[in-house]
Amino acid sequence: MSVVERLPTSRRGHWLTLVGGASAWIVAYWVNGWLWDRVLYDGLGMDPEARVTETVHFFLYDTIKIGLLLVGIIFIVTVLRSYMSIERTRALLGGKREGVGNVMAAGLGVITPFCSCSAVPAFIGFVAAGVPIGVTLSFLIASPLVNEIAIGMLFSLFGWQVTAVYVVAGLTIAIVAGWVLGRMGVQRWVEPFVFETKLGGQVIDSTAGLTFDQRIQMGVEEVATILRKIWPYLLVGIGLGAVIHGWVPTDFFTTYAGPGNAFGVLVAVGIGVPLYSNAAGIMPMVQALHEKGLPMGTLLAFMMSVVALSLPEMILLRRVLKPQLLAAFVGVVATGIVAVGYLFNFILA
Amino acid sequence: MIIKVLGPGCSNCKNLERVTREAVDGLGLDATIEKVEDYAAIMGYGVMSTPALVVDEKVVVSGRVPKVAEIRELLAPAAA
Repeated sequence: MSVVERLPTSRRGHWLTLVGGASAWIVAYWVNGWLWDRVLYDGLGMDPEARVTETVHFFLYDTIKIGLLLVGIIFIVTVLRSYMSIERTRALLGGKREGVGNVMAAGLGVITPFCSCSAVPAFIGFVAAGVPIGVTLSFLIASPLVNEIAIGMLFSLFGWQVTAVYVVAGLTIAIVAGWVLGRMGVQRWVEPFVFETKLGGQVIDSTAGLTFDQRIQMGVEEVATILRKIWPYLLVGIGLGAVIHGWVPTDFFTTYAGPGNAFGVLVAVGIGVPLYSNAAGIMPMVQALHEKGLPMGTLLAFMMSVVALSLPEMILLRRVLKPQLLAAFVGVVATGIVAVGYLFNFILA
Repeated sequence: MIIKVLGPGCSNCKNLERVTREAVDGLGLDATIEKVEDYAAIMGYGVMSTPALVVDEKVVVSGRVPKVAEIRELLAPAAA
């Protein structure tokens, strides 16, 4: 029996459950703000200045906070996204020329629900609808790069300015990279079967006709699925962040990797590209590193290179993109991210 | 009744196959369940979002894994 099947079945029952859930969330978030001070400092008598205390406090506070943020963001985004579908995106992008198409594709990439397992059918479907390859690539770049969890976390940790920088930078990279790759005449580097496969009959819109209750159910299930998948990585990421927070001297990185260091961004992207992690897992590290003096441009570049390019995604894309195009794809996106890193270190310094 | 589960083999596709079997067994239907993993075949049905469920050559669900109860409801009219 799933959670959703145990809920009251009336429409009013569902609304009460939603409101109840939201209220519980707000209360939990608020309590988390002060609870650990009381427990650790007053209850256990730990010294607030001690490194161990700082580390433990960070770990407990961040685990609850990030857990709550994940639940909230994933639920709301999944329900909202259920009103959009990749089939409708395909219809919107069909026949659009490059330039305008790249811009639309990037925007749609952010709001369209897209499972990476559908990357191959999506690619084939787009091509069959007359969507230029470059425009399709803008979509495929924007989708993981402008990540809703990263948006929510950045907003709660650093405020709306940094979040806006992230979103605008991500969209720009997706638009420009897709356009550049399209201009490179990449048709010959797409696996031929993509052009030969026919999309049969009527294209089925996957999210049309869903009832509101079904959308809520999708939201709940997505939260459970993602949490179940990433909780170990989350704890490791928070643990690392906690250790950095408690044990690394303040301004440590300003000496070695501050805005003056020419290689900071390159190193960050070099480490980030091969790393594969959920956005939530690296946020606590990003927060702690920022406290210790790592500049925001470098951190954004690191975070983007982790989420934008992942080995599983590359393996899937290899089914449709020949090695040269795949390499160009990684190269152009990584270059864009490096450029963004340097730009924002310069602007924000 | 011929039921087909369309998908390249990700975990969602396996889930859909599992809940479909549960629904079929629960209804006591005389149905065969096939897994279709070939992309050309999947797209031949007009499906871009996997996993998808096809009953007697008609796509009934695409892009998600419904609950057993919902699949039972979907299969009931075709069984009648």
